[in-house]
Formats: sequence, structure tokens, C-alpha cells
Amino acid sequence: MNLFELLAEPLGYTFMVRALAVTVIAAILCAVLSCWLVLIGWSLMGDAVSHAVLPGVVLAYIVGAPFALGALVFGFLAVALIGGVRDTSRLKEDAAIGIVFTTLFSFGLVLISVTPSHLDLNHIIFGNLLGVSAADLWQVIILGAVTFLILILKRKDFTLYAFDSTHAHALGMNPRMIGAVLLGLLAMTSVVALQAVGVILVVAMLIIPGASAYLLTNSFGKMLVISPALAALAGIIGVYVSYYLDASTGGMVVLSQGAIFVLIYLFSPRQGLVAHRFAVRRRRKNLQHAG
Amino acid sequence: MTLAIDVANATVHYGSLLALDKASIQLERGSVCGLVGMNGSGKSTLFKTIMGLVKPDTGSVLVNGTNPLQARKSGAIGYVPQNEAVDWDFPISVREVVMTGRYGHMGFTRRPRKADHEAVEQALARVELTEQASRQIGQLSGGQKKRAFVARCIAQEANIMLLDEPFAGVDKRSEATITKLLREVADQGGSVLISTHDLHALPNLADQAILLMRKVLMQGDPQLVLQPENLAMAFGLDPMNRGEDA
Repeated sequence: MNLFELLAEPLGYTFMVRALAVTVIAAILCAVLSCWLVLIGWSLMGDAVSHAVLPGVVLAYIVGAPFALGALVFGFLAVALIGGVRDTSRLKEDAAIGIVFTTLFSFGLVLISVTPSHLDLNHIIFGNLLGVSAADLWQVIILGAVTFLILILKRKDFTLYAFDSTHAHALGMNPRMIGAVLLGLLAMTSVVALQAVGVILVVAMLIIPGASAYLLTNSFGKMLVISPALAALAGIIGVYVSYYLDASTGGMVVLSQGAIFVLIYLFSPRQGLVAHRFAVRRRRKNLQHAG
Repeated sequence: MTLAIDVANATVHYGSLLALDKASIQLERGSVCGLVGMNGSGKSTLFKTIMGLVKPDTGSVLVNGTNPLQARKSGAIGYVPQNEAVDWDFPISVREVVMTGRYGHMGFTRRPRKADHEAVEQALARVELTEQASRQIGQLSGGQKKRAFVARCIAQEANIMLLDEPFAGVDKRSEATITKLLREVADQGGSVLISTHDLHALPNLADQAILLMRKVLMQGDPQLVLQPENLAMAFGLDPMNRGEDA
């Protein structure tokens, strides 16, 4: 079997084409958002919101509302509760995050277990890439496109918010509003990525690509290109490998992203561990020669 | 002529902690004013009050004769942050930082036009950072970093500049450059308020000094305000002889 056949064979199945489409869309969207999350220091917030949307999605299913609406409501609820617990008790933010998102997530688990429905817990927790219906795909495309568009059009404001929110305030902008919009987009993104890799692994797609790109460049503009490119590549590799190895698709996608991160962490020209070690050794040698 | 900054009887509490006690300061247009006081004397709180980040319990704040929000929206207030408040690893170049000063002049997507690019290049030239403009912001020296943020205020065309500890971690040469620059800003009608520990630099730079200890102890000519007996009121000792330890 040559390379072309290797790549073409899975595309003969509709479910594989849909799986690839959803993976690439979710990977790109998460990767773009992750650039800001990593720089603001909101990685844990990404984890929290992506878990906390679960009860929202289930309740939306029960009352027949759009998933995105339920996710948004619970995404914001989680952020508000985290802020509330942090500000009105002696607990620090990490503890507040840990309490709020696990509680909301558990509420979602309980809701699923008592709701007679077609919702499959396993699919929500671990994703259901191979079972994506045409309707699912359309929801991912529309939600993903809207979220992506807002992120790109307002990227300068988000970046200023991440870098210097006091300056944003000094210019008469409303930094709290910018932050709230970004968290709303995080909730929407979680719904999209949920389809692909499930609640648990969404956080990986929200952190790894941005972190990888950050180790490669000193320019935020380049980060916004490198991060989604890496994530899409990892997504495609993950889906193909899972097809041929008959392994968990969501798991394989995140594993690919993790593998790419490791390579960059070790071999990045400027920030990589290897380059760093070499630089230290060279400096020492120079010192010895000088001395 | 309206004052650049007019804070009258501002009192600010953080919880039960009194941070500002009926503080009143006036800053005229075209002048440089140094804000002197210990850590915890309310310097930062006063800055935040002027910027509208903190609302005083009592008293009033006028900036350019209007409320702080209006003043901010008109782009009048430029701000140079403290070293500690900046993420120096952020993937942003010096030129991009200066460009953020132009955001108030831009539309919904903050797409820079020709005038914005020109303003940025001119501001970079004035602070002598044209050569370093493409560097990542953390790759500058202490003094260059401060100048980059001053350039942002210039590009913004802010007529009021607030600088929080602009001389911290800055070498003597950069200090002289920044001093000259701020004097130019003031001579062209801009107003500059700086908080500083560097009392030696003040007489050359500032037209006025304010001694702050939650309340305004004194406002007047720097030579007069920085007399040892006055500093003793604010610091409990004479910091001019103690250098950085004070």
C-alpha cells in the first residue's frame, strides 16, 4: 500500500470524513483561543469552564434548547462562582476553581444518569468522533465559525487585555467586558471541542497548542498562525493513526499534540531545553578559555 | 485655564484600611509634578483614583475639567506602568507596544492606518528606540523599557502622563534621557505626574513636588518640599542621606 492509498482509504467512509472535519475545526479554534489563555494564565480557567459546561449541555438537551446556550450560561456561572468564592473567603483561586468546576461537573454527571435520553455519558466525557452526525457537524461548523470570527476580529483588544489591561482601561475601554467576552468564547469553544475529544481532553486542546507556539516565537501574530497549524496537523495525524491502530480517536489526537509539544520543548531553537543546555556549556567553555 | 488634574478631598478605603485621607492635589497644564512618599503612602491609590480604577468614598476627581471616564475616552490619559506590573516575556515587540497607544484612534478591529504608523515611528524616534523597535519588549535594558512606554504615551497623544516609578532599575544615562523627554512634554503643554523614590532626580525634573502620607502633607517647590525636616514627616527619617534603603 503506497502513501496515497494510506491517506485515501479512510476518506472512503463518511464517518471518517466527518471525524476529520470536526477534529480540524475544533483543533484550530481551541488553538487560536489557547494563545491568549496561556499568556493570561487562564489554563486552569480553561479546564474549569470546559468541565462546568456539562450540566448546561445536559439541561439544554432536556428542555430542547441549543447546546451552546446552556454551555454559555454554565460557563459564566462557573466563572462568577469562582470569582465569588475567591473574593469572599480566604481561599485562593486554585482552590476556588477546584471546588466549583468539580461540583458543576458532578451535577452534570448526576443529571445525565437520571435523564432518560440518548445522551451517552461516555461520548460526552471522551468524545464521539466516529459517531458525528450531519447535524452535529453543522453545529460545530456554525458555532466554530462565529467564535473564530469574533476571536480574529477583536484579537488586538484581547491581546492588549492579556498584556496590559490597565492601559486598556486608560484608553477608555472596559477590560472587564473584554475578559467576559473572552470567557464566553471559551464556553462556546468548549462545546465545539466536546464533540471531538470530550470534556476531559478539551483542556489539552486549549493549552498545548498555544504553549507549544509560545516556545517557538516572540511574536504574538506568529503564535496565532503556528498554534492552529500545529493543532490541525496533530489532529489529522491523530485521526489517521487511530484509524489504523484501532485506538481511541480523541485520545490519539491529544497524544499527537502532546508529542509535538515534547519535540518543541526539547528542540526549539531559542527556548528549547537542548539549545539551552548547549548555550550554557558554550558559555562555560568560553569562561574557561578566558580564565 | 482648567487644571489638568484636580483631586479634591478624596478619601479611599480598602475594606477597613484607610488608603487616602481627604487628599487634594492640583496639577497645572505644562508642568511636571513629583509624588513622594513611602510604600503604602497612597501613591498608587492616588494614580488609580485619577484613572478611575478606584472610586473615592468622598471627594471629587476632575481630569481636564471632566470626569475620569470622559477623559480616558478622549485619550487624554497616558500611563507608564511599574516594572513589576509588566509581563516582560510577553511575545510583543517594542513597536507593537507603542502601537497600542494608538488604539483609541482606531476603529472596531484596531487596524492601523498610515497616520498611526507615522505616529508610532515618530514616537520611537523621540525616545531613541528606532533601532530596537523590532525587539521583543523584554530584550531591552531597564531604561529602554521605560522609554518604550513613554513612547506609547507620546504616540497616544496623551496630554496627561502618569508614571509609576519611572526611575526604578534605570541607569543614570537613561534617567537623563527620560528627564529631558518629560521636560519636553511639559514644555509643549503636557502634564506629567510621576511617583518616585528617586529624590535626587526631582529638583531637575519637577516644577512641583507632593509629599504624601495617606494625606497630602505638602505641595510646592521641590527644593522646599524635599527639605530634610519635611521628608522626616513623610518617611520618619531623611532618605536623602540613606539612598535606596529609605
